[in-house]
Amino acid sequence: MSTAIELRGVTKRFGNTEIIRGVDLAVPRGERHAIIGPNGAGKSTLFNLISGRYPLSHGDILLNGESVSGLKPFQINRKGLSRSFQVTNIFQRMSVFENIRCAVLWTLGYKYSFWHRLGGLKDANLHAEEVMESIGLKARRDTPAGVLSYAEQRALEIGVTIAGGAEVILLDEPTAGMSRTETSDAVELIRKVSQGKTLIMVEHDMGVVFDLADKISVLVYGEVIASDVPDNIRGNKAVQEAYLGTEAH
Amino acid sequence: MAKLKYRPINLGRWLVWGGTALVMIILPLILTAGFTLTLLSQIGVGIIFALSYNMLLGQGGMLSFGHAVYSGLGAYFTVHALNLISQGAFHFPVTLAPIIGGLAGATFGVIFGYVTTKKAGTTFAMISLGIGEMVFACSLMFAGFFGGEAGVSTNRVMGQSFLGITYGPSIQVYYLIVGWALVCMAAMYAWTQTPLGRMANAVRDNPERAEFVGYDTHMVRFLTLVLSGFFAGIAGGLSCINYEIVTAENVGAAASGGVLIATFIGGAGFFFGPIIGTIVFFTMVTAVGAMTKAWLFYLGLLFLIMVLYAPGGFASLILMHVPVIKARLMRRLLLPYAAALVTGAVLMAGLVSVVEMTYHFSLEAGTAPGMKLFGFAFNVTSATPWTVAVGLLIGGFVISRFAWAAVGRAWADIVHILQDRAVV
Repeated sequence: MSTAIELRGVTKRFGNTEIIRGVDLAVPRGERHAIIGPNGAGKSTLFNLISGRYPLSHGDILLNGESVSGLKPFQINRKGLSRSFQVTNIFQRMSVFENIRCAVLWTLGYKYSFWHRLGGLKDANLHAEEVMESIGLKARRDTPAGVLSYAEQRALEIGVTIAGGAEVILLDEPTAGMSRTETSDAVELIRKVSQGKTLIMVEHDMGVVFDLADKISVLVYGEVIASDVPDNIRGNKAVQEAYLGTEAH
Repeated sequence: MAKLKYRPINLGRWLVWGGTALVMIILPLILTAGFTLTLLSQIGVGIIFALSYNMLLGQGGMLSFGHAVYSGLGAYFTVHALNLISQGAFHFPVTLAPIIGGLAGATFGVIFGYVTTKKAGTTFAMISLGIGEMVFACSLMFAGFFGGEAGVSTNRVMGQSFLGITYGPSIQVYYLIVGWALVCMAAMYAWTQTPLGRMANAVRDNPERAEFVGYDTHMVRFLTLVLSGFFAGIAGGLSCINYEIVTAENVGAAASGGVLIATFIGGAGFFFGPIIGTIVFFTMVTAVGAMTKAWLFYLGLLFLIMVLYAPGGFASLILMHVPVIKARLMRRLLLPYAAALVTGAVLMAGLVSVVEMTYHFSLEAGTAPGMKLFGFAFNVTSATPWTVAVGLLIGGFVISRFAWAAVGRAWADIVHILQDRAVV
């Protein structure tokens, strides 16, 4: 089994404060991997490092065996890594359909073309329709993204993330702020769209984590204190003390 | 499997484009007053320039204070090309000469744009201002190319006439402008429907997300600016053919500011907004400019009012009535609008009187205290006309407020009705 993402001694400092303190992590291709940890542990920062939003202070990140540290977000995206955001980050003024079509254009090779007519791009339009169907927003096709409900916007966020066909998907708290039923819908959606792909997600809802993840890493104060299958994490003393705390009782 | 709907031929779109072309072609045959052809030619060139500006401002979210750099340099390259052609240095039809301006505009777009488009927002605006000043300064330093204070002149009539087309009479130049304007309008509209055009919107709305779906935002902005420079250069080339002279003003800040104002009052958020804006702008400059020295004051006032009360421009003012008309609720607005129009006329009369009398007083009170306004002759140094003018201004403002409140209530009712209907 080859490795999709590998972190080697990844360190991030903001000024004198070390937020990520030498993280080593390897996620094999096809695995669903969850990163959990208390608030301020550096989970979102870790995502921002992997996706190129922030530069590394030390260490290296490999995507499919190839170093991507120092690359810009769009360069990393073109190598097959896509991410969602904790705070919904979509094209608010565009329709649902346009949002998703924007996310498929690069991968389908249309790049900066000003000689193709969008309406005539059968592959892009067809693919966008399929993604819309799979995230359950077909009925909202022409609605501006900004007026969708919160749960719909979160679904669109996932749609925009996966539409380009990236092999490695990073989801940052995909179910945050959702009701019970919305959460279980979201879990089914994530399960479906991450089929056969490598998924790394940050999540606070333990139900979601233990339901979806093949493996869990626990991040505390910028360090991975445990990385194992869900059952072992549940039984891990250090994790219980550091993170699960009262919830484990 | 998802099913796609393809619109075969969009009849509405053909009607709009055909109608526009027809209007542009027959207008000079209907309006035959001396200045109309000059004005129409100016508007035709201005439309290309404003639409190219809106590729940056409206589609790409880049506020430029130096767009005249591209049209102006396009004009300079065209004027030198025309002079070389008439000297027999090379053969090139005058009809296609604007393309030389376009290529020059695009080339300078490549040179300047690579730097300016690295960042969006305030940084872009500031650098565009700096480059505008820089190029203007160059026009005084390199007199050989820019022609110094006098500029560079040319003669558009050259070579053999082809089917009677010599570009001697201005009506022939007008139709040349119409041809180019239609082609450029269609091309710029088509651009909004391409992957790059759509991604320009995406980068405008959310540059970070655009990067995370694989797009280099710098590259998207850069290419948009190069294409925009191309169309601006075509406008510059046409203005060179139209006036047969290019001066430093063509690259100056006033030209850059003018296109910003025209685009904004028309409505940067809509493709056709800058077209309306250009028509309003040049009509005001020409018509109001012919009537009063204070035309720039009125233009500034209009700009101010639009920025404050209608930031979507005339285009949004028009479009907000479409659902009202569809819902057959327009009659609810007619009475309040009529009231606003009448009271607004009183307010305007007061305002115009005060402005005109102030101008006259400060410029000519010593030599010629008598002046004429709205058909009344009076002495600007006496108290009565001032009392009347200020009275109109204040009275007009007070009654206008009632009318505006009525308009506001009518709109609130309509919004209510439309919402209720939408729920049912």
